[in-house]
Amino acid sequence: MEIVALGDAALIVRVGESLGEVLTTLQKLEAADLPGVTEVAPAFASVAVFLRSPEELAQCAAVIPSILGRRARATNKTRAPRLLEVPVCYEPEFALDLEQVSQHCGLAPQEVVKRHAAARYRVRCVGFTPGFPYLSGLPAALATPRRGTPRTAVPAGSVAIGGGQTGIYSLPSPGGWNIIGKTPLRLFDVNREPPALFAPGDQVRFVAISAEKFAQWQQ
Amino acid sequence: MAAISILQAGPLTSVQDLGRARRRREGIAVGGALDPLAARLTNLLVGNEEGSALLEITLGGLRLRFEDDRTVAWSGATLSARLGEGEIPAGRPAVVRAGEELEFGQASAGCRAWLAISGGIDVPLVLNSRSTDLRTGFGGYVGRALRDGDQISLGSASPPGPRSPRLADWSATAEWTQTAVTAPVLRVVRGSEWDEFVREAQSSLLRESFTVSAKADRMGVRLEGPILKRANDWELPSEAVAPGTLQVAHDGQPILLLGDCQTIGGYPKIAHVITVDLPRAAQLRPGVTVRFQEITLAEATALFLERERSLQLFRVGLSLRGE
Repeated sequence: MEIVALGDAALIVRVGESLGEVLTTLQKLEAADLPGVTEVAPAFASVAVFLRSPEELAQCAAVIPSILGRRARATNKTRAPRLLEVPVCYEPEFALDLEQVSQHCGLAPQEVVKRHAAARYRVRCVGFTPGFPYLSGLPAALATPRRGTPRTAVPAGSVAIGGGQTGIYSLPSPGGWNIIGKTPLRLFDVNREPPALFAPGDQVRFVAISAEKFAQWQQ
Repeated sequence: MAAISILQAGPLTSVQDLGRARRRREGIAVGGALDPLAARLTNLLVGNEEGSALLEITLGGLRLRFEDDRTVAWSGATLSARLGEGEIPAGRPAVVRAGEELEFGQASAGCRAWLAISGGIDVPLVLNSRSTDLRTGFGGYVGRALRDGDQISLGSASPPGPRSPRLADWSATAEWTQTAVTAPVLRVVRGSEWDEFVREAQSSLLRESFTVSAKADRMGVRLEGPILKRANDWELPSEAVAPGTLQVAHDGQPILLLGDCQTIGGYPKIAHVITVDLPRAAQLRPGVTVRFQEITLAEATALFLERERSLQLFRVGLSLRGE
């Protein structure tokens, strides 16, 4: 564990790339309810602690190791991860880069789809755009480098592969990941609470659907 | 409900407050006024709560008409704020009467200004803030920048008296209200990847000047200057970034992040602009050169505490005036 300053009013607690460790750290820091802490937010291998004032920084950094040293309380609050099933249409009209992924991986397009939909994923982190889930669990055989030239506009709901990760574009945005399908789910909606569909720790499974089913979902 | 009419919106005017905290884990930017001190100060000057919604003006060019009598105050970039025959100096409360127009000229220096109106801008709270998230398109006034012809509601406020003077005979300190300085120097503390940069990069960052490129918006400012090389090219797992973070892209050029920045990023963080210098960072516009000066975390803390003490005195001063 390493604690580094993020400017003069925040700290980053680096705990290594284990998702379990990140989630436990997040939970302990939240439960500690440290004075002066305005927000605690997880990333891939760390949890950031934001402070009201630079005044609290040294004190906060000093107490964090003992808070994290405490044994995690196995309470009912430690809920089991949710499993979210995400319908995805992998048909050509949405799978803009499936051909390239198939060529890069040396697998037939149907095989790429089959393997992508067969795997279990975990949400590591939500970011890039509001509600964008970075998922771990992509089969190694499907890893594909990002496109040389990013697209200026990727449609919301696009399911994509970027290096060894997979993710879903939550909003229309520029993006360089390889698009292999699209989900009709709304990943981000400010009129919903919480607005983001996914949270760090969630389990995710993709379920292949037809273009007709996709159209029905959207209605 | 009383309103203001936007006769001319200028290049980018949006409704902002002190931002949308506690939503980073969903990937939602904090946003808010890029100079939070200006927002707090101008709100105090017109009798609002510090976190009331106000207008953030980019490069000037805003013209608006008032439906009823209001107190206003602005601060930020170097520009003129014309009201009838006169001008309202930065940091000085002024009374605008029903039917009058307030017009901001083009900024001769700096990038942004904040205009607080007594009663505040009355837009719905979205995720606990009235700030406009321009990138995602929610909050503020229907999730977008203001356009010519918009009618924006104001909150209720006790109107200025019929014989209140046009302009107050006092103003807030210029250090807080006129933040567009020539040849700005931003103070920084070291970032978590400082040690990963080669020595020349470290000294270049602190000795040479950088030019603000055309790629500058509310998310951040891309700078051009000496290439800042890292001693290694390890991929970093994405982790939190914040307004003020100075990250270095793969081409060796630094990007200074501002209020609408993403919540996480994978570029190495060489340094961070300290909280009290964020007002100056918000004034950087393309073509301007900027330098960085290193200070310690303890110094940054002392500067912050000193500023908050001064602001507290300022608040007390306002209440003693009964304004």
